[in-house]
Amino acid sequence: MIRIINLQKAFGDNQVLRGVDLTVNTGETMVVIGQSGSGKSVLIKHIIGLLKPDLGEIWIDDTEVTKLDEDELQGFTKKFGFLFQGAALFDSMTVAENVAFGLERHTDYPREEIAGIVRESLARVGLHGVEHMMPFELSGGMKKRVGLARAIAYQPEIMLYDEPSTGLDPIRADAINDLINMLKRDMGVTSVVITHDMASSFKIADRIAMLYEGVILEVGTPDEIRNSRSPIVQQFIHGESQGPIKTW
Amino acid sequence: MVGALFRRSLTYRALVQLGDVGILLWKTLRNLLKKPREHETFRQQLEEIGVRSMPVVSLTAAFGGLVFGFQTYIGFHRYIGAGSEAYGGPIITLGLAKELIPILVGLMISGRVGSSMAAEIGTMKITEQIDALHSLGANPVRYLVVPRMLAAFFMMPCLTLYGDIIGISAGYFYNIVLMGVNRVVYISYTTQYLELWDVITGLIKAAVFGVVIAIVGCWQGMETEGGAEGVGRATTRTVVISSIAILILNFFISKALPATLKQ
Repeated sequence: MIRIINLQKAFGDNQVLRGVDLTVNTGETMVVIGQSGSGKSVLIKHIIGLLKPDLGEIWIDDTEVTKLDEDELQGFTKKFGFLFQGAALFDSMTVAENVAFGLERHTDYPREEIAGIVRESLARVGLHGVEHMMPFELSGGMKKRVGLARAIAYQPEIMLYDEPSTGLDPIRADAINDLINMLKRDMGVTSVVITHDMASSFKIADRIAMLYEGVILEVGTPDEIRNSRSPIVQQFIHGESQGPIKTW
Repeated sequence: MVGALFRRSLTYRALVQLGDVGILLWKTLRNLLKKPREHETFRQQLEEIGVRSMPVVSLTAAFGGLVFGFQTYIGFHRYIGAGSEAYGGPIITLGLAKELIPILVGLMISGRVGSSMAAEIGTMKITEQIDALHSLGANPVRYLVVPRMLAAFFMMPCLTLYGDIIGISAGYFYNIVLMGVNRVVYISYTTQYLELWDVITGLIKAAVFGVVIAIVGCWQGMETEGGAEGVGRATTRTVVISSIAILILNFFISKALPATLKQ
């Protein structure tokens, strides 16, 4: 279970998070929606300890992430898989080396076993025979899938997805949604997905939380969000330029 | 009011940046002996900093030695008189080994390697690869900075020693072969006045310069923001900051180290 309590973060004079409270239950897929620049990525980076909050707490089961020091955090990241917006593949490494990277650090498996897991993880995301390719040889969709294979290779308990469908065509975006659902079904992972793609949100979410002006405005099941009485939520999910949310 | 003005001043920003470099250096030193050690990155950096820098060091040291030999020859010839040029041997050798070669190698490596470190790490930063390292259980300082700093620390003295040999040979070549200076006097004066400590002084400086170049390059890389333009800015700033630091540190190390170990 992930518990975020009164999370606050500012960058200079820009107060991005103003007191976020959110609970993600074990095995649940929580989708966090919000405008570009609303602080969704900042929120997700706090969960894994990439950013330190100015105020507030983040608990993963019985551990307060915000209190962990650098070394403790390094071991703790084993619980997490993170799919970055641009996949963030290491461009000096082959696909196989990318996928094996976390395994080599989090496990003491022999080299042959790691190679097997790498093949298996790539197959799980529908990639075959790409082990020796370099990231620059891959298309955007393939990069995302390799990033996903890298994140799931050591079977994390919690998956964090930062804009998983951004930059993909609708069909590939839907394939990524299927993969997220498959991982939840097959591996039972707890997921936090950051997106502003409403089609994806409704397809993968158990619950949806809307981040607006640095706080969680509303949390609910996809149906509850669809039927929300908040004009802000309605404007956002219908993608309308006119309404209470300022466009520019 | 005064506080707000101070926070906007150049001095304040310089102090903040000095603090940032100090923190990175401290984190790097703390991670030096921690496992896992990144042997492969260390080996790659040894090759990048050492082997691949040899051509540029060869050229710089050779022409540095030639011009220093030439000016020393002119100085003795003009101000002391014909036949006195052979006494320039110790000056050429001492000046090259203690000052000129470590500085020239430092400036060259800062331009060639420091900027490349900033560009590589800066690109990793803006494409979230450094965040990815963290998320996959690798400490970015241990993975990126430690091997680079260690490689620069070990390779800079090696390159400087290599540069010493080339530079001193070039000075010798100019005086003895081209200008016909008395070889016996030149060599006997050089060996009489040159100490091993003079060469070691240059190597100590080089090791310090290596640490400066790597830390500044990595620091600028990790501070990169704002896409391709930010990467460009980081590389330029790396060369400027590390070059200035090398010139300033050179003076203070020269002053701090004893001039001779002979009683």
